[in-house]
Amino acid sequence: MNTLVRENRGRQAQTEQFIMAVASVTENPDSYALTVEMPGVSKEGLEISVENNELTIIGRRTIPPIEGTVLHRESRSENFRRVFELDPTIDTSKIAARMDQGVLTLTLPKAEQVKPRKITVQ
Amino acid sequence: MSIIRYQSPEVAGWTGFDRWNSLRDELDSLFELPFWSNFGRQTQLFSGWSPALDLYQNNDNVIARIELPGMRKEDIEISLQDGMLTISGERKSEAPENDKAERTERYVGKFRRSIALPTQVDASKVTATYRDGILTVTLPKAEEVKPKQIQVNVE
Repeated sequence: MNTLVRENRGRQAQTEQFIMAVASVTENPDSYALTVEMPGVSKEGLEISVENNELTIIGRRTIPPIEGTVLHRESRSENFRRVFELDPTIDTSKIAARMDQGVLTLTLPKAEQVKPRKITVQ
Repeated sequence: MSIIRYQSPEVAGWTGFDRWNSLRDELDSLFELPFWSNFGRQTQLFSGWSPALDLYQNNDNVIARIELPGMRKEDIEISLQDGMLTISGERKSEAPENDKAERTERYVGKFRRSIALPTQVDASKVTATYRDGILTVTLPKAEEVKPKQIQVNVE
């Protein structure tokens, strides 16, 4: 069982209210890919940090408000936050991020020594 | 997703712990978020993908805004019929096929949302923009329903 990306929902007191962003994780022999949905968040509104093997993603919405009266509303205005505990095999110095139409894609490569390797017998 | 495909344990490996973890996550999230926000839309247990839709109006326009993260512009369809605005489309999976899914919360597939408009709009002048995963549709009100200021000259 892998821990990346296991969710970490620390119960620490938070001053700012966040909502949970929807996320998916896929794995291949070289890396993990984490995709997080944050509609209304641009590249500038992102804050990604790794500390003690804990990956924290915060997305602040930058979409301008609409002038007028609200007739119907389902969306929420809070910003997004999601925390994951990283698998120890991940090389945290090589994490790459891309933001496209409100979806953040993180590529988390595995460290060289844990990649499957073929050994040829002489 | 509403249907869980059965996988033979010999083929897929034992996923018991993963399932237990996601169940734990689900239960945790019930305590962490307001009930309504998590139950219907985010877990998508029963409803498929139902993206959040907002509707506004001002003097000149009716404006619809819908959260559609990670779509391609060409996969979004907007139509207007009998005073009803319908936004539909399909999100396709981007993950390479051979990759193993560890956690799947994002919905892939079709969606369709409809909403009745409060007034008549000029269908020929409807515009839409797609930015940061949010689609904004601006529907100018028809001239005859726009509020008008009437000048009355008092002699």
